[in-house]
Amino acid sequence: MADCRGHIWQVLDQVMDPEVPVISVVDLGIVREVCSNDEALEVIITPTYSGCPATQQIESDIRQALDEAGFGDVGLKTRLAPAWTSDWMSEKGRQALKNFGIAPPVGKVSKRALFGLEVPVPCPHCDNKDTKLISEFGSTACKALWKCNSCGEPFDYFKCI
Amino acid sequence: MSMENPIAVMTTALRFADNAMVLGQRVSHWVSRSPTIELDIGFANQGLDLIGQANLFYELAASLEGKGRSADDLAFLRGPEDYYNLQLVEQPNGDFAQTVMRQLFYALYAELVFEQMINGSQADLAAIAAKGQKEMAYHVRHAGEWVVRLGDGTDESHQRCQKALDFMWPYSHEFFAYDEVDDEMVRQGVLPDKETLKSQWSESLGEIIERAGLTIPDSNWQPGGGRQGVHSEHLSYLLAEMQVLPRNHPGAEW
Repeated sequence: MADCRGHIWQVLDQVMDPEVPVISVVDLGIVREVCSNDEALEVIITPTYSGCPATQQIESDIRQALDEAGFGDVGLKTRLAPAWTSDWMSEKGRQALKNFGIAPPVGKVSKRALFGLEVPVPCPHCDNKDTKLISEFGSTACKALWKCNSCGEPFDYFKCI
Repeated sequence: MSMENPIAVMTTALRFADNAMVLGQRVSHWVSRSPTIELDIGFANQGLDLIGQANLFYELAASLEGKGRSADDLAFLRGPEDYYNLQLVEQPNGDFAQTVMRQLFYALYAELVFEQMINGSQADLAAIAAKGQKEMAYHVRHAGEWVVRLGDGTDESHQRCQKALDFMWPYSHEFFAYDEVDDEMVRQGVLPDKETLKSQWSESLGEIIERAGLTIPDSNWQPGGGRQGVHSEHLSYLLAEMQVLPRNHPGAEW
């Protein structure tokens, strides 16, 4: 059997996140590996949040995409460790988020001080750094709600976790 | 005599599942009743995190038990005497200050425990903890900022926040009331030893309480026993509501 892993990655790159439909599961960093396990190929995914309601939808979307591309015999497996981090998001994915009006995660994950200074999150609409946090929790578990003091627009920020 | 290892691991998974399940259920009761829309969304997301953690811990406990019970069976078909959560998490929501104080107490505790669990000898627990630790760190931040805002706010918010601290304080002792299961997990590096846990938890809480201008109460009442299935009456009401559908309509689907 010829190595079709590259093709599988291409198929997966067309599967969009159901809640943020401009970023693929590959760019989001959910797909960890396409590996061969003995004879069979396996796709390994790592969910973003413990209670993310999109997890099951993502699994079934990936399954369907694989089936439709003729990879019905490719397995799909969930792996919890290492835990998903926003550091795994690709540059292409970050740009797609920004174009969609969602500020991508700023910087790398590090243990933040309890009352540490907020890293400035540039406004995805006007790029101004004069923004403020409105709410630590936004429309989904992975986002916080911010507002731009310059253009006045509220925006979602994809949390750095 | 030391606990048999598989039982200790299963029991630990079940205890943290129950903590997360009960607290997640409590927090979800704020949805549509929060002071602001942002808090409504915040509580909904925190509830989701907790119930997600509960589900992962229940699945692990069910597979370790190996008696054919599912994660749902464990959540919905056990009575309060078979729930092993800490009494803290079953305490009523009270006002907003009381909920936020409870969230701060538990999130600080869970973050510290999960940090240790990540490096422990049990890979399955470590994987769940790695995810949960990040989530609980975020809850600490949210609750901590609110405790400071309320404590350092108006006379009314200060007084209510102090009342919340007085109410929740006695339940914090149970974090450190280890039994033989916990001792076995400490030996395996899965749980932090109780002295370290207590000093780290107290230090982190103390920093927030000081900023908030609040005072740790002088109380020696130390309710406990949640780990062994001893609970306040509040848990019975919570479980009755949560379990009514699967108990009255077994196998119901939608």
